[in-house]
Amino acid sequence: MLVINQLNKSYGSHKALTEIDLQVPAGVIFGLLGPNGAGKTTLIRIINQIIQQDSGTVELAGKPLSLETIRTIGYLPEERGLYKKMTVWDQLIYFSRIKGLTAKEAKQRVTSWLEKMDIANWRNKKIEDLSKGMAQKVQFIATVIHEPSLLILDEPFSGFDPVNAELIKNEILALKEMGTTILLSTHRMESVELLCDHVAMLNQSRKILDGTIRDIKARFRPELVQVTLAGLTQALPSSWQVLAQEEGRVELQLSLQGKGVNALLTELMAYGEVLRFQELLPSMEELFIQQVKANSHE
Amino acid sequence: MSKVLLVIQREYLARVKKKSFLIATLLTPLIFPAIMGVFVWIATEEKENQALRIIEVVDESGLFFMESSEQYAFSSSTDNLEAAKALVKSGERYGLLYLPNLDLTAPKGIQYYGLENPSTSLVSYLESSLKRKIEDQRLFAKGIDPAVLKEIRTEVVLQSLTLGESGEETINDATVNYALGFLSGILIYLFIFIYGNQIMQGVIEEKSTRIVEILVSSLKPFQLMMGKIVGIGAVGLTQFLIWVLLIGTFSTVVMGVLGMQMPQQQAMELANPELMATAPDPGELGAILQVLSGIDFVTLVIAFICYFLGGYLLYGALFAAVGAAVDAPSDAQQFMFPITIPLLIAYMGLFVFVLQDPTSSVSFWLSIFPLTSPIAMMGRISFGVPFWELALSLSLLVGGFLGTTWLAAKIYRIGILMHGTKPSYALIWKWIRSSQ
Repeated sequence: MLVINQLNKSYGSHKALTEIDLQVPAGVIFGLLGPNGAGKTTLIRIINQIIQQDSGTVELAGKPLSLETIRTIGYLPEERGLYKKMTVWDQLIYFSRIKGLTAKEAKQRVTSWLEKMDIANWRNKKIEDLSKGMAQKVQFIATVIHEPSLLILDEPFSGFDPVNAELIKNEILALKEMGTTILLSTHRMESVELLCDHVAMLNQSRKILDGTIRDIKARFRPELVQVTLAGLTQALPSSWQVLAQEEGRVELQLSLQGKGVNALLTELMAYGEVLRFQELLPSMEELFIQQVKANSHE
Repeated sequence: MSKVLLVIQREYLARVKKKSFLIATLLTPLIFPAIMGVFVWIATEEKENQALRIIEVVDESGLFFMESSEQYAFSSSTDNLEAAKALVKSGERYGLLYLPNLDLTAPKGIQYYGLENPSTSLVSYLESSLKRKIEDQRLFAKGIDPAVLKEIRTEVVLQSLTLGESGEETINDATVNYALGFLSGILIYLFIFIYGNQIMQGVIEEKSTRIVEILVSSLKPFQLMMGKIVGIGAVGLTQFLIWVLLIGTFSTVVMGVLGMQMPQQQAMELANPELMATAPDPGELGAILQVLSGIDFVTLVIAFICYFLGGYLLYGALFAAVGAAVDAPSDAQQFMFPITIPLLIAYMGLFVFVLQDPTSSVSFWLSIFPLTSPIAMMGRISFGVPFWELALSLSLLVGGFLGTTWLAAKIYRIGILMHGTKPSYALIWKWIRSSQ
């Protein structure tokens, strides 16, 4: 769907993007991760043609970017903004028309989205009279109103209460079902694990990670296992890390240290009955922090 | 192109639909006449309600007899200066005029006493009547009969006419021309500032709320900037046209009520002496109307619209550039300097040079140079400006706004997406020079 090749961008002497390659398959939710200043916003702005890259190419559905392809992108910037003095209705119609819908199409779609988002009663209110969450909903509608095939969401959940965050999450999933490709830029790892199929991580202008969530987790498993033992037959080696101990059960966290899983299991069986043996996968949050730290040392 | 129209439409409707626009548009043409009306009313009220002020005259020469007026009465109940002062102190007299034994060839030592400072109108009233009395006395001393003197006194009113190229003569009046030049010059100045500021505020709003990031992906920054400038300009033009209509209707109604004729009718009658003969004497107001009929209002209104549009586009682009360069209105101050200075120069020039002497060389250059011409030329229009000067001034103005628009577009395009950096003139210069 979206293919990025050797993308470079600098602001003066500051490198914002260095040799970025990225393939976003159609119909997935693609998480774009990275700390502040990693280059995510620059990348998004280039995809949106707000700014121009220094070198490299961006292709959308097999075509280089142009004003025509823009019509197929929907963009929700991180810092939200709408015309405060305009009514919900006028605003949504305006953005739809700017995105290329005809007056008739715009009316139909705005009406149905207002119903869907449960804000139809607010259509004649000015934005400045709405609550923050309500305005966020309007902005979300403005982003998706022209039925983009690529949706770029920058921190889409910030500012929403849990109920409305759930509503937005469901809308995102519904859009994915309809075949929309979604590029999600966020710091919130729990939403990444919940929603994303595929992630890429940027740090200091470079891509440091890319792959499906499962692949990445597998690649970076720190070779830890959690074990529950019962009916100990002998004292455990002092180097083993005991997490908890009660009524003859011991919770352990062990490192494989190059040993095979089966070798460790055999070793454990000598100490008692193995009730639980589980490979410990890192959370995306841990991975994120670990990767950023590891790559910032250079 | 159709997207620019959408932007223009939005900018226009967002402002015209506001209640504040309606109120400002309807009230402004009423405010000036209303303020003047209030002054006139207060003045007449004061005159009517004011108790007659009695001024004691102590005349040691015995030559003067002061005539009482509507406001002032003169009495001479005592010859003693101290006693007269006491009368003033006790409040029985408003003031005291002391005339010593005068040498009429060099009158000195005339004094006025009062509990409060006398108004300038009182002082000049006293001075002028004393002057006349003294002159009369001296003429009489030279053997001229006061009756003859009265007969000789004449009032002169100058009627000034301009000769047109095709031989037509139009009555004009320096005061009326001054007033028209003054009004239209100030109006352009205010329009540029008010609507220029609206452009700047609008650009800052779109920038700070990141609306621009959604918009520039669908249309070019230049389209967005021009859409905003044109849309807001159309608001200004709408407002002006409503004013012209309102004032036109209003004055027709007022003149109808007062039983007077519109300038056009007057002009027709001037051309048709038979009608003129049957018409009643126009009187003083009629004289003003005659002067007004000599002014080419069509030229005035068209020139106003041209200079408003030209000046507005020229400065509007600069206002847009400033809005794009800063993050908040409070940061805009430092960049307002290059906009404010030429506008102020034009404004000061209007009063100091243009209205005083519309054909002087300073007035000429002020009305040719595009940064000052919108205001300066409006000050000259009602006095009559040669066609070639208008053509030169307007074509330079067109060149000027193309120039500022080109410059502003370069600043706008980069500035609108910059956040968090405090821009300086050096940085803006870099933006202008960067090709991308």
